[in-house]
Amino acid sequence: MATASVASHSGAAHDHHDHEHHDNFITKYIFSTDHKMIGKQFLITGMFWAIIGGLLSLIFRLQLGFPEMDMSFMKPILGGWIDETGTLDPEFYLALVTMHGTIMVFFVLTAGLSGTFSNYLIPLQIGARDMASGFMNMLSYWFFFVSGVIMFISLFIETGPAAGGWVVYPPLSALEQAIPGSGLGMTLWLISMTFFIASSLLGGINYITTVINLRTKGMSFSRLPLTIWAFFLTAVIGLLSFPVLFSAALLLVFDRSFGTSFYLADIYIGGEALPNTGGSPVLYQHLFWFLGHPEVYIVLLPALGITSEIIATNSRKPIFGYKAMIISMLGITILSFVVWAHHMFVSGMNPFLGSIFMFLTLIIAIPSAVKVFNYLTTLWRGNLIFTPGMLFSIGLVSFFISGGLTGIFLGNSAIDIQLHDTYFVVAHFHLVMGSASFFGLMAGVYHWFPKMFGRMMDAKLGYIHFWATFIGVYLVFFPMHYIGIAGFPRRYYTWTGFEFSNMYTDLNMFVSIAAILTFGAQLIFLFNFFYSMYRGRVAPLNPWRSNTLEWTTPLHPGHGNWPGEIPSVYRWPYDYSKPGAPEDFIPQTVPLSATPESNLPHEQELVKLEKEIIAEEEAVLVANESTNS
Amino acid sequence: MYGFLIAVGALLLLSIIWMVYRIQTLVSVVKGSDKKIASGSNKINALMFVFFLVGATILMFWYSIKEFDNYQLPVASEHGVVTDQLFWITMAVTGVVFLITHVLLFWFPYKYQWKEDRVASFYPDNNKLEVIWTIVPAIALTVLVIGGWRAWSDITAPAPENSHVVEILGYQFAWEVRYPGMDNVLGEHDYRLTSATNVSGVDFSDKNALDDFSSPVVVIPKGEPVLFKIRARDVLHSVFAPHMRLKMDAVPGMPTRFWFTPTKTTEEMRRETGNDEFVYEIACTEICGRGHNSMRKEIRVVEPEEYRKWLADQKPYIVNNPSLVENLPADLKELAEITISEYK
Ligand code: HEM
Ligand SMILES: [Cu+2]
Ligand SMILES: [Cu+2]
Repeated sequence: MATASVASHSGAAHDHHDHEHHDNFITKYIFSTDHKMIGKQFLITGMFWAIIGGLLSLIFRLQLGFPEMDMSFMKPILGGWIDETGTLDPEFYLALVTMHGTIMVFFVLTAGLSGTFSNYLIPLQIGARDMASGFMNMLSYWFFFVSGVIMFISLFIETGPAAGGWVVYPPLSALEQAIPGSGLGMTLWLISMTFFIASSLLGGINYITTVINLRTKGMSFSRLPLTIWAFFLTAVIGLLSFPVLFSAALLLVFDRSFGTSFYLADIYIGGEALPNTGGSPVLYQHLFWFLGHPEVYIVLLPALGITSEIIATNSRKPIFGYKAMIISMLGITILSFVVWAHHMFVSGMNPFLGSIFMFLTLIIAIPSAVKVFNYLTTLWRGNLIFTPGMLFSIGLVSFFISGGLTGIFLGNSAIDIQLHDTYFVVAHFHLVMGSASFFGLMAGVYHWFPKMFGRMMDAKLGYIHFWATFIGVYLVFFPMHYIGIAGFPRRYYTWTGFEFSNMYTDLNMFVSIAAILTFGAQLIFLFNFFYSMYRGRVAPLNPWRSNTLEWTTPLHPGHGNWPGEIPSVYRWPYDYSKPGAPEDFIPQTVPLSATPESNLPHEQELVKLEKEIIAEEEAVLVANESTNS
Repeated sequence: MYGFLIAVGALLLLSIIWMVYRIQTLVSVVKGSDKKIASGSNKINALMFVFFLVGATILMFWYSIKEFDNYQLPVASEHGVVTDQLFWITMAVTGVVFLITHVLLFWFPYKYQWKEDRVASFYPDNNKLEVIWTIVPAIALTVLVIGGWRAWSDITAPAPENSHVVEILGYQFAWEVRYPGMDNVLGEHDYRLTSATNVSGVDFSDKNALDDFSSPVVVIPKGEPVLFKIRARDVLHSVFAPHMRLKMDAVPGMPTRFWFTPTKTTEEMRRETGNDEFVYEIACTEICGRGHNSMRKEIRVVEPEEYRKWLADQKPYIVNNPSLVENLPADLKELAEITISEYK
């Protein structure tokens, strides 16, 4: 069966045969162990969640932009959450915000992005027949699926879904008396997240093992495309940080259900003093952000990897500073674990810790800056082709700059006193994390669609989609900086209760309209995606004239990816526009010995080594032939 | 009827878009432009980046300047002046970077758009450049951080001895303000003593609590240090006084604090802003449930003399509500009753 053939693969190329698979519908589309199908499953599920998450945000944007609006028309879906006068329930407003955040951060930008592209691209780009464990990979998807089902159910229960913000700080999230969403809704949130964490860990272990063990011949770490580096480091971050979220959640479960006091102390609520003493809500915040900050890089790094690949390809230029890019990503990986408390400057923790974390936080801005400069230099003196993927990648860089720079304000604890938990933070992370990663996802879909489905997406619709979304995102999130500087707090159902914030109704209305239009623009994408899947122009084998290995597979790669031997790799993936070469790209599979005209001096020396390897390989081939016949 | 018309209109619009889409696809197939490496759209996209750059920059500057007085809240505390200054220095530094990087990011696509006859330059790395753009941001950031660190250390340093203490307790969904009274020492508290009449759970068996009083408004003197002692009794809340540039979480089980020196009385601020109704406010910035957006408290900053007069006029909890001390041991009760009679 499929698993067996996959498991039998190794970097050595001698034990592979052309397998005839007799997959039925269930093993092919549902319980598939093929990394390509699993990647697509993650993608489609991620898209489903993106739509749900987006719709939730539209509801609360309506509330913020048009507080007087009669929302009765949503009664058929929202039922009791809209009262007779057509106003939205404030508790449900908080539930919407919470679910929007949870869904977007975890289901869309973690599972939908990492899940899709790590699965889809790792084996294809390193030259492997599949993931190290196809079965674990399948489990990873189905755990995610179950997690999603549970979260989805929680949207419809009577007391509403979790409503304590996506960070679910206790005691609010621990006490049903404090907000109804902390009852069954919160229980479901915790169960769902447990499945999600399991899914992430299964996936991450697989990605790491696969990258370390299953690279094809010649694919050394120094020849890995930056996408793979990014996926690899993302998996490492996830593997180290998700368990901490799990422990945070577990202690919360104990506090909620078994009367412990990890996070609870001295609480008087609902006319009653609770027995809990000695716990610390701040402990939860430490544990949460120990995942929470790395998580933002889990979300962003894959997008940066994808962009590096796409920008290099479409600039027809090597990525500038390949090594510097890797070092920055390594730096980000390590530093991302030591900056978490910048989310807690005014949480009441010791101010001395605040000083330490301020220094560490601003250090992490340096590798981020280096990456931006490298992108800019890659564009410089390139020969740029604006495929939709390329446009979205450039858009990502823009968001990364805009949002990264506001991080420098927030990382400064003295400035953060005023900005913490205002719309300035909302603007910051929606640009640098939300929009940048979303653009990475989109860039990836446009770029690898031809490989995934063997057809091209329509480029013109892609351009329209890009410009509408790019302009739309800025119109939505840029104004939030002003609102934030003016001090508007986050997670407010309305701001009219305060003198200092009873203005900007026009700006909020503007933002809401921009949000609705931007959401609408995504329908263009959805159409393009599903239409092209069946009716798009049949794709050429290497539509972007790219160097990486996935473009050496057949148009519809079967289980095992390459019908014959796995190709060997002889060079790094960024030989674009190499002086002397006849074409402006040289795929990784082209031996250096075949391109004497374009080899650099040090490469000329490698040629001899390479010849030996090729000779060896041929011997194996001959041996194989004789055993087969 | 109206809805029906909209539906028909939408349908019509969709079918037109559909037709246009089909036609342009066919045209591009006929022209063979779908086989070219970079079609005519390449030029349009390149131009769009330039338009976007120019348009967005104009819009940004226009709005930032026009609205400056609206989003720039007047500042009314000593440390607030410092943090605002840091904010604007950071704004200047990052603003320059923002503009330069974006000009490059959007101008390069135009300048280096695909040309059949040009070859991109093979320029894989340059260590000198990498070192430069690692070190320069590092220095800039260090300067910014050191400024921030000094301000942060001052702000979080222990409050001066002579600070006026005010306790602010957050609960769903309001703030309770407690003053220590003449002794400037707050009485002990215990959350188990909380009740409808004893919102802050004050322990009246502590002598220091006898002159503690509550106030519907936070009244503080201008020019003298004030120490907010912050507590929460149910879930997390956060005290946010935007004009004071003050924010600190209120945590159940863990008292927090924030001290500051107000620099302008409410009256002065009214004159400065030309708004007769101006008031300083406290809002809650940590999600705490249904009424999160309604936890408003007013701060009134007054001249020191006025403050002392106001202080002398306040009646302790136990005077307003003698039943609070009913169950105290006899000796303490006696003491309490003396206090009560003093205020009568
Ligand atoms: C230039 C580097 C960055 C710095 C210095 C920085 C700094 C900060 C700081 C200090 C906060 C806390 C603000 C507050 O709550 O008061 C914050 C919030 C946040 N940042 Fe960043 N950041 C940087 C880059 C990023 C990146 C790259 C991402 C994501 C990919 C990101 C995602 C977030 C998110 C999601 C939050 C808000 C979480 C929440 O409160 O719900 N940041 N950032
Ligand atoms: Cu962070
Ligand atoms: Cu609150």
